[in-house]
Amino acid sequence: MAKAIGAIVVDVERCKGCQVCRVNCPTMTIGMAEEVNGKGYHYAYMENPENCTGCTNCAVVCPDGVITVYRVKQ
Amino acid sequence: MDIKQIIKEENQVYRRTPLMTEATLSYCPGCGHGTIHRLIMEVVEEMGIQSDTIGIAPVGCAVIAYDFMDIDMSQAAHGRAPALATGIKRLWPEKYVFTYQGDGDLAAIGTAETIHACNRGENIAIFFVNNGIYGMTGGQMAPTTLEGMKSSTSPYGRNSETMGPPYKITEMVAQLPGTYYVARHAVHKPGPVRKAKKAIRQAFENQKLNKGVSLVEFVSNCNSGWKMTPNDSNIWMEENMFKFYPMGDIKVEGKLVNGD
Ligand SMILES: Cc1ncc(C[n+]2csc(CCOP(=O)(O)OP(=O)(O)O)c2C)c(N)n1
Ligand code: SF4
Ligand code: SF4
Ligand code: SF4
Repeated sequence: MAKAIGAIVVDVERCKGCQVCRVNCPTMTIGMAEEVNGKGYHYAYMENPENCTGCTNCAVVCPDGVITVYRVKQ
Repeated sequence: MDIKQIIKEENQVYRRTPLMTEATLSYCPGCGHGTIHRLIMEVVEEMGIQSDTIGIAPVGCAVIAYDFMDIDMSQAAHGRAPALATGIKRLWPEKYVFTYQGDGDLAAIGTAETIHACNRGENIAIFFVNNGIYGMTGGQMAPTTLEGMKSSTSPYGRNSETMGPPYKITEMVAQLPGTYYVARHAVHKPGPVRKAKKAIRQAFENQKLNKGVSLVEFVSNCNSGWKMTPNDSNIWMEENMFKFYPMGDIKVEGKLVNGD
């Protein structure tokens, strides 16, 4: 079966660090950065990028719509 | 595979709809308002009706929704969005017209406008964001505040004996012949988000039929007003709000789903 590999890009400066994406990621890809963005929020990033399947779950629940998702089949 | 090979235009499967403006949302981190705005704009984009859609912003945290949605919008006095939508829709019956209202706006100060627009069967969509509280003004009790729920004006919890019980205006208006489609959804998880989007689509599609009001309620969080983290507020919402405000269709094609 073809395996989906994904990646997300977080618009760091627009992220509010709410963590809603993190708990809704089924593959525990997302972590919160130790450093903060210009607004002072610990922004979301791919802590375990190899886990991402590109399922878009994180992006559809992000209240600020700051996640873009990419996916390839392998 | 190298991440650079994945992050390419042709592999993109999700991006924020361009119908959301570049303005940074004024909502608190984790607030469902942003997700609901985006879903409405995704539907408008998918239906290709950007220049034929007119939205009415409320008074409440969403008062400047017109800064965030790239469509024609107006903003109504507190609770009066269904009246304004009535006027706009009657002037431009071929336009898609929706209101976007909180529970303080729709179920408290705007009760009369809500009920009468629904009773008249105006051919509009009403998107109702129920977070059980007055978010914008500091978390006062709303008619929708749950029994025992703390708010800044019910600091010991809502007591139905003195404050009246919470009421379900969505089920109430479903009883009126003027409503054609009534449903309740949420946007705190991916599954519910996808269902909520279908309901929004249905509400827009219904306007082609001219059969009356489509009202979609979204039970949503007000993590600031509830004084919780966003994720805790979503769990609290599932455990408490959903029991009193159950998810699903209430009225479809003019017929109540449960009962007569
Ligand atoms: C006529 C009038 N009365 C009162 C207010 C104050 N006011 C502003 S927002 C609001 C409550 C909004 O609550 P809700 O509709 O639940 O929206 P939320 O902020 O929770 O999204 C009130 C009472 C006002 N702006 N205008
Ligand atoms: S849901 Fe969006 S705003 Fe919240 S932490 Fe994740 S990327 Fe940032
Ligand atoms: S696309 Fe899916 S797997 Fe990848 S980070 Fe988002 S939720 Fe996790
Ligand atoms: S006060 Fe409540 S409803 Fe208003 S933006 Fe903040 S969390 Fe959302």
